[in-house]
Amino acid sequence: MLDLMAGFVAELRSAGLPVSLTENLDAMEAIRQIPIEDRDAFKYALGATLVKNSAHWKAFETVFEVYFSLRGPEYSIKDEDSPDEFWREMQDQMRQGEGKGGGGAMDSLTQEEMMNLLMRALMNGDQAMMRAMARQAVQRFAGMEPGRPVGGTYYLYRTLRNLDLENMLDKLQDAQRETATEPLTDLEERLNKDEMESRIEKFKQEIEAEIRRKLVADRGAEAMAKTLRKPLPEDVEFMHASRDEMANLKKALYPLTRKIAARLTRKRRKGRKGPLDFRNTVRHSLAYGGVPAEPKFRSPRPSKPELMVVADISGSVAAFARFTLMLVYALQGQFSKVRSFVFIDGLDEVTEYFKSTEDIAEAIQRVNTEADVVWVDGHSDYGHAFEVFWEKYGRDVNAKTTVLLLGDARNNYHAAQSWVVKEIKKSAKSVYWLNPEPRSYWNTGDSIVGEYGNHTDGVYECRNLRQLEAFVEKLV
Amino acid sequence: MGNRFESVQAVRDGLKDVNYLADDGIASVAFLADRLGKPVLVEGPAGTGKTQLAKSIAELTGARLIRLQCYEGLDESKALYEWNYKKQLLRIQADKNSDSWSDVQDDIFSEEFLLTRPLLEAIRADDPVVLLIDEVDRVEMETEALLLEILSEYQVSIPELGTITAKQIPLVFLTSNNTRELSEALKRRCLYLHVDYPDLEREKLIVLTKVEGITEHLADQVARIVRNIRQLDLKKSPSVSETLDWARTLMLLGIEHIDAEQAKETLHILLKYQTDIAKAVKELSSDK
Repeated sequence: MLDLMAGFVAELRSAGLPVSLTENLDAMEAIRQIPIEDRDAFKYALGATLVKNSAHWKAFETVFEVYFSLRGPEYSIKDEDSPDEFWREMQDQMRQGEGKGGGGAMDSLTQEEMMNLLMRALMNGDQAMMRAMARQAVQRFAGMEPGRPVGGTYYLYRTLRNLDLENMLDKLQDAQRETATEPLTDLEERLNKDEMESRIEKFKQEIEAEIRRKLVADRGAEAMAKTLRKPLPEDVEFMHASRDEMANLKKALYPLTRKIAARLTRKRRKGRKGPLDFRNTVRHSLAYGGVPAEPKFRSPRPSKPELMVVADISGSVAAFARFTLMLVYALQGQFSKVRSFVFIDGLDEVTEYFKSTEDIAEAIQRVNTEADVVWVDGHSDYGHAFEVFWEKYGRDVNAKTTVLLLGDARNNYHAAQSWVVKEIKKSAKSVYWLNPEPRSYWNTGDSIVGEYGNHTDGVYECRNLRQLEAFVEKLV
Repeated sequence: MGNRFESVQAVRDGLKDVNYLADDGIASVAFLADRLGKPVLVEGPAGTGKTQLAKSIAELTGARLIRLQCYEGLDESKALYEWNYKKQLLRIQADKNSDSWSDVQDDIFSEEFLLTRPLLEAIRADDPVVLLIDEVDRVEMETEALLLEILSEYQVSIPELGTITAKQIPLVFLTSNNTRELSEALKRRCLYLHVDYPDLEREKLIVLTKVEGITEHLADQVARIVRNIRQLDLKKSPSVSETLDWARTLMLLGIEHIDAEQAKETLHILLKYQTDIAKAVKELSSDK
């Protein structure tokens, strides 16, 4: 057990979770109190002692599953009283078959029978049955071979392709319509559909878990954990985020802005006192017979910066630009004025889109579809975009303005026109460049971030939320 | 020290008896908090029953609930203890000429002149207590340090009196809405529990237990619609308490069976932002 825990904690650490020594000891103490057979309680015991940030829970779950899924009896199917006669029969057969390699009875089913069974399980929302089906499906369709160096996703794909779950949804809905005594209202139908979708989603997760279990059995926990290791949400790179990760990032963004805003307001309020307020001091001195015993100070009114964001929204860096815009607008209150411009090889102002709606996501959507950013061929041309910016909006840049330039500075070998950045720097309070590429890629190929960077107050690497957060805080 | 709970299951059943439906995570952590004698940091979106958990545990164990509501600017005189200056002053004036200086000094810094605040009170209590430190994320970083001694050693040091150690280890719950990152030191001392919106089944059960006379069918519909709305990209998702309010409203209106129209008319109980309501209306009326 000790070895297992040590390996487990080491894996958590390498997944990026900060687990301290005391927390480790607490975990040890905690699992002594909880019988290991109670897998859920065991999992939560470890979670409560080792994971102190809800965003890290997902990573924890994955590692936990890999390390402990094979242990504990819960995956021999529980004997719950299910109303379904057929299912009970199956279960009995299963138990007999268990000794000879598990699920023997199900093997004899034809594909069609199996699909019917699955449909019934989904219809009734029968957890145990779904789990058994997932197991059977993996055994039957995934075609797993020990030692074969393919990832879990390959097996998952194969299993799902054979199950044809898309069709299942339609069938389930039809079935439900038939069983209903009176015609369903639109709303009910929608709700039913949601329910079925979530059940199918659950079933998919069961399959995934089953595949993972098999892989662990084949390859061992350590190797498996390594392949499954995923960056924590705040470490996900903007440029390479998958769709799921993107959704998670979006979710993480809102609480983050709330946090930053709270911190900044607090900082403002607590900041140094302003100059002596003469009138106020004299007035209060009356209480002391004209002696200014209690000096009064003006409350400080630090100026809020004015912000101009100029973002490249061409394919590769679009996600990054979107995020930064979202973050900046979510923090609007912290700036006296925010104007934003987007470009690919042409440039367009998009401030209006954000003003006309409260919903940032909608504004971003409009930026993507309506902004007029293509000039010639729709490949990034920083030089031309900057030129246009200077020509049209250059006179609006003043000593209060902070200019943010976002992009990877991959200019497709066009003319750099870096004199524009130099000019901006001359009239603006400060100019920063945020680059979503790793520092080691800078100035390689057609990237000319160095050339622009020389004229700015700083170039920052902004690959993930953590870095972006740090920068924004510094800015305000 | 005797254990308050028999097993995880016992916690769960017990909480159910006092009308709090716990899931596995909540029950396990509450159980561990008792066994390990550690405080629990409960985090999660607003209105998911974090505070209620502490109250229910108090009710379950028959303990007194001591609550410290945190806010910006909370200091030790409000949280820990304070000397009763007025009484001290009276004491000094009362026998101006009799006692020697050292007598008075010893006297005015005795328990008689101590005003206990929630944290000290929880430590000194003879009867079983549950200490609830609510919205701990509201206090400043620096004030947080105030809590550390209590949370790890269950003691309070008062310079004039010495250290007061707990007579019995209270169950401590800290809640946080996650408006800022709590310090590592605080987190390390606590068990961590994230309470999220309940899943469909649990929400339905909660509605059934908390709203009197609601039919199973309506509860099911309510839970489903709420889940549907939570999946949208909203400024503020409906909380459990808002779900309950909504269910109660539907009951009052005598609705047995929600259709899209009725749902739309009562949405403002679930959602508090105009843009959110507009989104939900769109979602509910669109076909598929």
